[in-house]
Amino acid sequence: MTKVSMTVNGKPASGEVEGRTLLSSFLREDLGLTGTHVGCDTSQCGACVVHVNGKAVKSCTMLAAEADGAEVSTIEGQAAPDGTLNAIQQAFQDHHGLQCGFCTPGMVMSAAALLKDNPKPTEAEVRAYLEGNICRCTGYHNIVKAIMAASGQDVSAIAAE
Amino acid sequence: MPKDSGIGASPKRREDLRFLTGTGNYTDDINLSGQAYVHFLRSDVAHGKINGIDTAAAAAMPGVIRIFTGADFEGVGSIPCGWQVTDRHGQPMQEPAHPVLAQGKVRYVGDAIAAVVAESREQARDAAEAIELDIEELPAVIDMKEAVKEGAPKVHDDLTSNLCYDWGFVEENKPAVEEAFANAAHVTTLELVNNRLVANPMEPRVAVGDFNRATGESTLYTTSQNPHVIRLLMGAFVLGIPEHKLRVIAPDVGGGFGTKIFHYAEEAFCTFAAKALNRAVKWTSTRSEAFMTDAHGRDHVTKIELALDAENNFTAIRTDTYANMGAYLSTFAPSVPTWLHGTLMAGNYKTPLIYVNVKAVFTNTVPVDAYRGAGRPEATFQLERVIDKAARELGVDPIALRRQNFITEFPYATPVAVEYDTGDYHATMDKLIDVADFAGFKARRAESEKNGKLRGLGVNCYIEACGIAPSNLVGQLGARAGLYESATVRVNATGGLVVMTGSHSHGQGHETSFPQVIADMIGIDESMVEIVHGDTANTPMGMGTYGSRSLAVGGSAMVRATEKIIAKAKKIAAHILEASDADIELKDGQFSVAGTDKSLAWGDVTLAAYVPHNYPLEDMEPGLEETAFYDPANFTYPSGAYACEVEVDPETGKITIERFAAADDFGNIVNPMIVDGQVHGGIGQGIGQALLEGCVYDENGQLLSASYMDYAMPRADDLPFYQVDHSCQTPCTHNPLGVKGCGEAGAIGSPPAVVNAVVDALQSAGKDVTHIDMPLTPNRVWSAMNS
Repeated sequence: MTKVSMTVNGKPASGEVEGRTLLSSFLREDLGLTGTHVGCDTSQCGACVVHVNGKAVKSCTMLAAEADGAEVSTIEGQAAPDGTLNAIQQAFQDHHGLQCGFCTPGMVMSAAALLKDNPKPTEAEVRAYLEGNICRCTGYHNIVKAIMAASGQDVSAIAAE
Repeated sequence: MPKDSGIGASPKRREDLRFLTGTGNYTDDINLSGQAYVHFLRSDVAHGKINGIDTAAAAAMPGVIRIFTGADFEGVGSIPCGWQVTDRHGQPMQEPAHPVLAQGKVRYVGDAIAAVVAESREQARDAAEAIELDIEELPAVIDMKEAVKEGAPKVHDDLTSNLCYDWGFVEENKPAVEEAFANAAHVTTLELVNNRLVANPMEPRVAVGDFNRATGESTLYTTSQNPHVIRLLMGAFVLGIPEHKLRVIAPDVGGGFGTKIFHYAEEAFCTFAAKALNRAVKWTSTRSEAFMTDAHGRDHVTKIELALDAENNFTAIRTDTYANMGAYLSTFAPSVPTWLHGTLMAGNYKTPLIYVNVKAVFTNTVPVDAYRGAGRPEATFQLERVIDKAARELGVDPIALRRQNFITEFPYATPVAVEYDTGDYHATMDKLIDVADFAGFKARRAESEKNGKLRGLGVNCYIEACGIAPSNLVGQLGARAGLYESATVRVNATGGLVVMTGSHSHGQGHETSFPQVIADMIGIDESMVEIVHGDTANTPMGMGTYGSRSLAVGGSAMVRATEKIIAKAKKIAAHILEASDADIELKDGQFSVAGTDKSLAWGDVTLAAYVPHNYPLEDMEPGLEETAFYDPANFTYPSGAYACEVEVDPETGKITIERFAAADDFGNIVNPMIVDGQVHGGIGQGIGQALLEGCVYDENGQLLSASYMDYAMPRADDLPFYQVDHSCQTPCTHNPLGVKGCGEAGAIGSPPAVVNAVVDALQSAGKDVTHIDMPLTPNRVWSAMNS
């Protein structure tokens, strides 16, 4: 067992982990941050995306030990302390960008990483960026629309609510 | 002006707040005190005889609590099938036993042989690798037509063959159908495959079993679309636990699409083991395991023939289908290729004579059952493809051919046993032509051609039978369940309501849409209504969510219970206002006496129900809580017309979906935003089926497409924005809301539009391609173009 310490959503967190413990397992099972979801075992679905030192990472593909000393940000840390949703979360609600909610944490975290690098992405850029996040409910229509809206673009002309 | 509340409004979804902040409560988020973990050792051969299972070394591994094998389940019931189909000769289907853990033989890759329970997930997995298996591999049958040949290896030794049933529908029509074909002016024939799919909700299945020795109660937390059904099937048929000692909880569920309807062996195992070990036992499926154990969908091989007279009227349809059941009968598997498929073969058309033959076949593959649409996509695909082919053969416009044969008078009794209550197929087609901008297609095609691409436009119609289903009818058809829905409406003293429903929401947004209905009925704010679902301990017996039934059946139960509430509340109001019951009106949350200025607020009456000081106690009990069970009088029949525009790269065969439009008739609409979202998602899955998805077994029964590296899920960059319209509304005539259901339409209506569009594109370049089987991969399209 190895001791790991990191900052998660601005607070110190530490625990004893096996060498093989994944960051996703550490977050979910040791820290109780169950907002990060695991939807596959081949690093394809993106439900587990978190930010590590400001970069979007699939937490099922990173060992907890590798995140020792890192700044980790998860879906639980996105809203304001009073519960107010951030702009991306709010856009997902406004535009019905989620249904069952399982892929949603990863979608929101990926969208945040996209908008940080590319504040006004085109539709094609949003779709290309989401290649590593699978949603089975929405057909992506309202996810793409929500992310474009969160970037401050007028989405009212996009087909059908 | 769009409404901002009640029926027809699109309030923001209240469930989003927890899902967007990581505070949902999915089954894998539940961890019980002292919980152990189970890992299933699964067969890596498709068919084999188990000669020995040596668990000694594994049992000595760190953290192992106990290892279970099939021997531990002798005397335990078989996983039951919920539907018995009767064959053409009046005989019941062949129905094999389905043990919780394999007994004697393994029958598909993924069949569970042993279960290791350990202190941690990793310890359970490590120990499973130390189990020594002696399995004698047997020849496997994978191909359905091979499986029913004389001398084929048998999946189940105790059955007479691999044929589950040979179903004819309507058997009495057969001679007349044959005669119609003999007299036809034209016959179009098409052989096709409806590709095998994996539903793939993003949340893998999870089960947590728990047992309280002091009370003798078992609890199962599970990723289910219908917890009461699981309680009944598992309690009564597998484990012998009476329902009052068994609680099943399906909390937030991350998508279902059919595959979470069924009762699975892992649920029974965790419940059984929790009692045997007196501690909670948890199983979390990996995605690889999900591919090998979640019931698959579709997998039909069909020949369809359409007979037309000299005026291009459809005179008869004849189909011959092989339907894969996999190795065991999953909960609703036998009903999918029969009663959910044969009954829809009339489609939107007044074909007078129809005969459907379905041979359901056992193979050494994962069980196959309902997946979004369930039988109706298979019916729609073959019908809409053969009509398109007929139009091309006859040199007529495919839309005109459809219009000429549309059913236009309702109610309409089809020759395949169902009666459509309402619809207007010309209206949805007219709407589609507008929404999809057919007028601009020619210019768009020219533009594509300028860029060296082929462009095609494909159109189809669909009809589905939803709002499943009248219990007395399905009982005659072999269902071993009723298909009503329930609701209890509890009004609190201060006027707020809690609705406990048997419907289950796993993405559909019931917590938002159901209160819209009640708010309208009473004239109060939606925020005063809370929806409770997913727990057998605090909801009345319900049948759950599938077959686009939640609002049509569950919503109707809620309406009926609320009507009882309002009737009682009016009596209380009449007593207090010293008026006759008949004179009390309820509007905007106020009870008033007709023709007077006397009134009482909703909250005054609800308070009186629980503080009955001035109350007709001699006539009525205090309290305000009512339950209703609603059993639908008929199916509902949503319908519509879909259009797809594709570009084909003639150099590579790669297809791009350029435009996709849907014009649906769902009857009345409660929440347009949610309805749009349901259609979007269905279209995404339908395009996935048409272009990308396909489950592949090799000839030995190895599942080659068992991960997201190998099974092509639709991604954001595979799909366009969709044009969705549901302004054509012919309300359902037999449920109180006039709703028809919208959950499956997209998945039913979209695959034929895609394939029709690709054929159109290829024929525009002079290619003699009349059909390509799904998924239309670049390889298949290029090969078809160049053969």
